[in-house]
Amino acid sequence: MIRFEKRPQPSRALSLATPLLAVLATMIFGGLLFMALGKDPVTSIVTIFWEPLFGEFAFYYRPQLLIKGAPLVLIAIGLSLGFKAGIWNIGAEGQYIIGAIFGAGAGLAFYPAEGWFIFPLMILAGAFGGWIWAMIPGFLKVRFGTNEILVSLMLVYVAEQFLASMSLGLLKNPEGFGFPGSRNLQQYEPAHNAELLAGSGMHWGVVAALIAVIFAYVLLTKHRLGFAIRVTGEAPRAARFSGVSPARLILFCMGLSGLLAGLAGMFEVSGPAGQITIDFNVGYGFTAIIVAFLGRLHPIGILLAGGLMALTYIGGDIAQSNLGLPAAAIQVFQGMLLFFLLAFDILTNYRLRRQHTAETA
Amino acid sequence: MDLSAINPLLFVAGFLVAATPLIFAAIGELVAEKSGVLNLGVEGMMITGAICGFATAVETGSPLLGFAAAAAGGAALSLLFAFLTQVTLANQVASGLALTLFGLGLSALLGQGYVGVKPPRLGDIDFGPLADIPVIGPILFTHDIILYLGIALVAGVWVLLRFTRAGLILRAVGESHNAAHALGYKVRRIRTLAIVFGGACAGLGGAYISLIRVPQWTEGMTAGVGWIALALVVFASWKPWRLLLGAYLFGGITQLQLNLQGAGVAIPVEYLAMSPYLITILVLVILSADKSAAPASLGRNFHASG
Repeated sequence: MIRFEKRPQPSRALSLATPLLAVLATMIFGGLLFMALGKDPVTSIVTIFWEPLFGEFAFYYRPQLLIKGAPLVLIAIGLSLGFKAGIWNIGAEGQYIIGAIFGAGAGLAFYPAEGWFIFPLMILAGAFGGWIWAMIPGFLKVRFGTNEILVSLMLVYVAEQFLASMSLGLLKNPEGFGFPGSRNLQQYEPAHNAELLAGSGMHWGVVAALIAVIFAYVLLTKHRLGFAIRVTGEAPRAARFSGVSPARLILFCMGLSGLLAGLAGMFEVSGPAGQITIDFNVGYGFTAIIVAFLGRLHPIGILLAGGLMALTYIGGDIAQSNLGLPAAAIQVFQGMLLFFLLAFDILTNYRLRRQHTAETA
Repeated sequence: MDLSAINPLLFVAGFLVAATPLIFAAIGELVAEKSGVLNLGVEGMMITGAICGFATAVETGSPLLGFAAAAAGGAALSLLFAFLTQVTLANQVASGLALTLFGLGLSALLGQGYVGVKPPRLGDIDFGPLADIPVIGPILFTHDIILYLGIALVAGVWVLLRFTRAGLILRAVGESHNAAHALGYKVRRIRTLAIVFGGACAGLGGAYISLIRVPQWTEGMTAGVGWIALALVVFASWKPWRLLLGAYLFGGITQLQLNLQGAGVAIPVEYLAMSPYLITILVLVILSADKSAAPASLGRNFHASG
């Protein structure tokens, strides 16, 4: 009989090793899944993880890595701060949508005017949109003790309906021949989040994601607030005794994660996506939850995890067109990763011990 | 706008149907939460049940076999959650989310060949002359067996929790796992059973959507019903009959907004479609002041040390 014995201190080495173990296990079981779907497992895994980086068309896929990775990292950084403190913002998808609507709305309000100030204003609007959407569950939690998980999630569905209403109504392109969807911001120069270096995939969202990583790292290691977040997560009572205000922490974590999700939405709509459409959101807000855990809620870890997750998106697209692997299989693959990650996590906090016959203690 | 287009009898009969998926999912989650487990994977288990039930019903031609498969599918997925939280002691919130993300992907994968297919119909029970009673007949006696099973399940859970030894043990585990463990109860085994029961119920609820309420298969068709079920358990303060009442309230709102969409009210469709979610938030706010009814060990993992 094997039993688990709690470690006095979580193992540092295993804490770094378990994400890699989880990725490995996901590759094996994912391969089995692809085999069950009638695809060659090795080819599928190679297509997903190798093709985008070193394959024949890598020059095209590598920039995509930045484009897909930036929103994931940006959102996951915000979520990780809350998760660390036991504050569960699950509605990043909704905040992402509202950020995009606010950002695009601010830009389109000036159409067709010219001006350097339009893009910065859109950034502010997008951040504000995400922030205010996340402050709803934050405020309700602080004021009434309402469960933030359920409220933030309900607001995703509300945001999706709002998105549909906007792309069919207020933001609809007046010259769009009646098709749903806004004007394309890529064709409106002052509002376009263009690549900073043509063909590199580097746009302002990528810059923002990198700044967020550095900001979160400094906050967590050097700042008092980061200390408050860490203590609250590990020992809420101790945190209160040390003078941390739970209400302020909740508002800060919810607000910041919403703000970053809103920014991600705004950079997406003004750049890679180009316009507000009914199906503008593709689930980055939910995948970012996996990214946050895969990165062990650590800024550098999240940066790497975001890259890996972006890789599975791009590799999944390639596998879809080359091998006919269904898109849903990639979704299962990503979900599997989170499972293995959570399951292997026990190794960092507990030690495996073989149980001997009743010992006297 | 033409409100007279809404037939009150059909409306009431309709909201009984709309409430049934919620009843199944919520009563299962109630039992799991009573044992001290917070499973946020309801949405994932529902959608998995929806496709398992749909596919089985289409392949075998038997809706009842479909429902059995849905319960099995939901239970199988919940076993993953049980493994994560009871064996590897993973965080329950994260594990529940993982279950939902995984379930949404898995159901989309399983359901690829079933888009646009029509499932076999499950007929209504023949109550004979009862169905001819004016007003009451068409409302109460024109439904399929699963709808009545849902109500029976609520009654069963009420009896279980209130009058039986098994129910007492379940509650003890949920209130204080350490005390229950000290008394010699197998905390993790009891919790696993409660989780699996919750999974089977969520699966049935999902299949009720795909086989009866809609009835067809589309990706992500549960559209947050699993999350509303979680809110409903809070709304009911973990009491079965209040849960039934709440489910009818939500079913009524859903049905009303659908009817209003059909009647061409001046409010845009999107804003009507938001209403169930907004009302859920409102209800949560009103009821969140009182947390005393929640099982004391809810969401906390048990590890027998020493």
